[in-house]
Amino acid sequence: MASPIEQFKIERLIPIKLGNVDISYTNSALWMTIAVVVVTLFLVLGTRQRALVPGRWQSMAEMSYEFVANLLQEQAGNAGRVFFPFIFTLFMFILAGNLLGLIPYSFTFTSHIVVTFGMAIVVFIGVTVIGFIKHGFHFLSFFVPKGVPAAMLILIIPIEILSYLTRPVSLAIRLFANMMAGHTMLKVFSGFVVALGVLGGWLPLAVNVALTGFEVLVAFLQAYVFAILTCIYLNDALHMDH
Amino acid sequence: MPQLDPAFFGTQLFWLVVSFVVLYVIMWRLAMPQVAGVLKQREDKIQGDLETAQKLKEETKSVIAAYEKALADARGQAQTLARQTADAAGAESARRQQEVSDRINAQLVAAERRIAEARAAAMAGVKTMAAEVAQSAFTKLTGAQADQGKLTAAVDSALKGGA
Repeated sequence: MASPIEQFKIERLIPIKLGNVDISYTNSALWMTIAVVVVTLFLVLGTRQRALVPGRWQSMAEMSYEFVANLLQEQAGNAGRVFFPFIFTLFMFILAGNLLGLIPYSFTFTSHIVVTFGMAIVVFIGVTVIGFIKHGFHFLSFFVPKGVPAAMLILIIPIEILSYLTRPVSLAIRLFANMMAGHTMLKVFSGFVVALGVLGGWLPLAVNVALTGFEVLVAFLQAYVFAILTCIYLNDALHMDH
Repeated sequence: MPQLDPAFFGTQLFWLVVSFVVLYVIMWRLAMPQVAGVLKQREDKIQGDLETAQKLKEETKSVIAAYEKALADARGQAQTLARQTADAAGAESARRQQEVSDRINAQLVAAERRIAEARAAAMAGVKTMAAEVAQSAFTKLTGAQADQGKLTAAVDSALKGGA
């Protein structure tokens, strides 16, 4: 019986070394590749017919596009439109990673803190750079809330800076923890199904069915949360109305 | 926990960057313009249809207006024609009535004249007869011939008095 965290193990499929750094093609990389292919096919083949009245597939492709477009528009306004391809890629990549991970025997790359933190830190650095480009050193006033007494600022400014710095951490951990917890739970209950056998296994099986449904919801929700928070951070950097 | 094994940090980040950049380029250059194109095409089609509908509606309005104008014109013409016909008929009948009444008047006048002539002739006959009756009565009474002039005057005055 495999341990519940066995599923998160990374295996080198094609060992590659670049100088001293190990960049082996792993099962994680394989599922990232699959995610890229699936997202591309989903959108490109879905809208290939360019139907005026869309079918189900084309509707889904259009819906995903409009969903992210509206999200960005609502959170960051027109100034955020330049970053639409990035936000859209981010959303689709995470969503594909989350959903593909629900396929039995697949690998969930979004359940790895390195991956989620990699994306979070790019968002964090990107947003900070945009803030400085847009507002120069005035961007630092982001850490000084308006209407706060001077004496309080000694306390407030460090808190503001700390809360700003924890953004990538919370962004990364939220996604990673959600995915890992969900998949561990599924695995634990699957273990119960086997352990209790034909007589007692039905209850954990039913729980697993419900959990799988719940995990599909979580897969969407976490991709949405990651994307919307990125949009909110972007809006802070673009408009600074804190 | 396999997630915290630093041995795989490098490869994961490397392949994350590679796959993310590849996906970004595909989305940016290929997929998103295609989806946007489909959405734009639909929006244009709907907009175009709405404009066509608006145009057709206005055309219908102008056609209805033209039709109503034609109807009103025709109605006016018909009324004019009816009035003209009625006027002409009225004039004709008045003319005929006049003609008839003129003829009747003329006949009336002629008849009155004839009656008057007949009366005059009758009166003359009565006078002659009276004079002859008076002559013969005078002769029978006196045996002499009465003076013709006096007799006539007497008859005349008797006729006048009697009349």
